[in-house]
Amino acid sequence: MSDTAATVENSGGHGSHDSHDGETRRDFLLISTVAVGAVGAGLAAWPFVDSMNPSLDVLALKSIEVDISPIEEGQAITVFWRGNPVFIRNRSKKEIDAARAEKMSDLKDPEKDEDRVQKPNWLVMVGNCTHLGCIPLGQRTGEPKGNFNGWFCPCHGSHYDTSGRIRLGPAPSNLVVPPYTFASDTTIVIG
Amino acid sequence: MTTPTWKNPVVNWIDYRLPIFTFTHHSLVDYPTPRNLNYWWNFGSLAGILLVIMIASGLFLAMNYQPNTDLAFASVERIMRDVNFGWLLRYIHANGASFFFIVVYVHIFRGLYFGSYKAPREILWILGVFILLAMMGTAFLGYVLPWGQLSFWAAKVITNLFTVIPFVGEPIVQWLWGGFSVDNPTLNRFFALHFLMPFVIIGLVFLHLWALHQHKSGNPLGVDIKGPQDTIPFHPYYTAKDMFGLGVLLTLYMFFVFFYPNFFGEPLNYVQANPSSTPASIVPEWYFLPFFAILRSIPDKLGGIIAFGGAFVVLLIMPWLDRSKVRSATFRPIYKYVFWLLVIDMFLLGWVGGQKPEGWPLLLGQIGTAYYFIHFLLLIPWISRKETPLPVPESIASAVLPESGTATQGASQ
Ligand code: HEM
Ligand code: FES
Repeated sequence: MSDTAATVENSGGHGSHDSHDGETRRDFLLISTVAVGAVGAGLAAWPFVDSMNPSLDVLALKSIEVDISPIEEGQAITVFWRGNPVFIRNRSKKEIDAARAEKMSDLKDPEKDEDRVQKPNWLVMVGNCTHLGCIPLGQRTGEPKGNFNGWFCPCHGSHYDTSGRIRLGPAPSNLVVPPYTFASDTTIVIG
Repeated sequence: MTTPTWKNPVVNWIDYRLPIFTFTHHSLVDYPTPRNLNYWWNFGSLAGILLVIMIASGLFLAMNYQPNTDLAFASVERIMRDVNFGWLLRYIHANGASFFFIVVYVHIFRGLYFGSYKAPREILWILGVFILLAMMGTAFLGYVLPWGQLSFWAAKVITNLFTVIPFVGEPIVQWLWGGFSVDNPTLNRFFALHFLMPFVIIGLVFLHLWALHQHKSGNPLGVDIKGPQDTIPFHPYYTAKDMFGLGVLLTLYMFFVFFYPNFFGEPLNYVQANPSSTPASIVPEWYFLPFFAILRSIPDKLGGIIAFGGAFVVLLIMPWLDRSKVRSATFRPIYKYVFWLLVIDMFLLGWVGGQKPEGWPLLLGQIGTAYYFIHFLLLIPWISRKETPLPVPESIASAVLPESGTATQGASQ
């Protein structure tokens, strides 16, 4: 190694520098050229990568308005928001009490029912199983509701309680509560 | 291996400038091939021919297919009913995918039995596993295109696997989808990628063959080629043998295309995708079932995916798991039988993958998964250390030619 460097130095005639100096300078030039090139290639790739992200027209379908007045106590509807089902359930007193009676220590993904709703009877959640995205059953009367009287995902057997919290099965977390607001007592805006 | 001289002056003129004829001649005509290859060595060339069939049928399907969620399902039905021979193109393509996997799985198990992954063919083997992965990706993307119920839900469940990645999982799936769920942008890009991937596979196949020609084909005895007496020219011996195998394959394949075209398919995929109703059971195509069973037998989302990936990693590192110097299982009294346990295990896992993951199929799946990893990570390294191989023949020629033949052959070369 130092032999070669010495030869280079002798023939190059930079007599005053020590042998490692020349090498370092070349290495620096090489490494910085490669680094700048890599950053440039990365920057050039970004537009291509980003073109695959949700586009403006997809993002424009940001929110929907839902009239909840026809939903009686104990009933539920499913609406579509950004391509995903959203469960809106008018919970009965019994369901609310059941959800609030659970001990936090019994939950896989501890979350208070109070933190999952804005009005105790209205439960609004994205209807995608947090395991692999199947739609859990339990919205319609007669569908299996699982061991916790909420929702049951048939794909790999996840059970959710009356607050949509995961209780049993492979799903790692509770059904997601989307951003929503009550525009009036009978209308909610999701998104 | 002399450079042929071409009689045709045009061929000669071209070959002098671009030696494409010489190249083809070297690799397909006088390419020296072990003289003892059996029928298990047919499956590589069969896979290559199926790749060509898939690309040809796919190209013509693409001329009538519409990658749009409102039109895709109807466009496939139009291919089936209105496009001249559209039904044939589609059945060739759909059944071709199944036969492609049958052939490639046989090809891989051939490699596992005869030790084809051992030095100096490790890279050749690894490229093969990459080809398998690329094929699986291609088939998954293609299955989404007809936009049936299973197309949609398979796409949704499989892309959702990425959500296990901490923090960036969610942005990554949205990037894959181009939205907030599997939707039109997803179908559109899946079509583009499904069109692209086979050409990536061609690139991998090219590297695979390059590596193959560097050290030549292995053979059922697993001994190296020692001289010209061990080989015969590829043409006409193996061109003929490969063509015979192709005839058998096409007979079987066309039997399904014409008489049982939906045997490998699921009726549910003839129901248009409905994002608001998950089918009662989501089963992938048969060729994914063993790996799907491994994925589901671990009752934890992240753990399942790690096992799924691990199933391919153990294949990739096979050349280093098996320390035995002897390639062919013919001379390995223990491995010879243990190999078949893996074959049985794969069938078992394949069956489990098609069942509901509960009760005793789930348990069987867990046993099968455990065996799969024990086989590769414990049994193979352990056997390769402990086993005493049988004596391996001196050379290919001495093992397969009659005594006198060896002498004459040796003398004449
Ligand atoms: C590695 C090779 C390939 C494999 C394994 C493969 C696999 C598949 C599969 C499994 C399907 C679904 C079949 C069905 O149920 O309808 C499909 C559909 C399709 N493929 Fe391919 N494919 C390959 C190459 C190609 C190529 C090269 C093209 C285009 C040039 C193509 C174009 C299409 C089209 C347009 C469809 C939708 C029509 C249909 O569903 O029949 N494929 N492919
Ligand atoms: S997707 Fe719901 S349990 Fe797997």
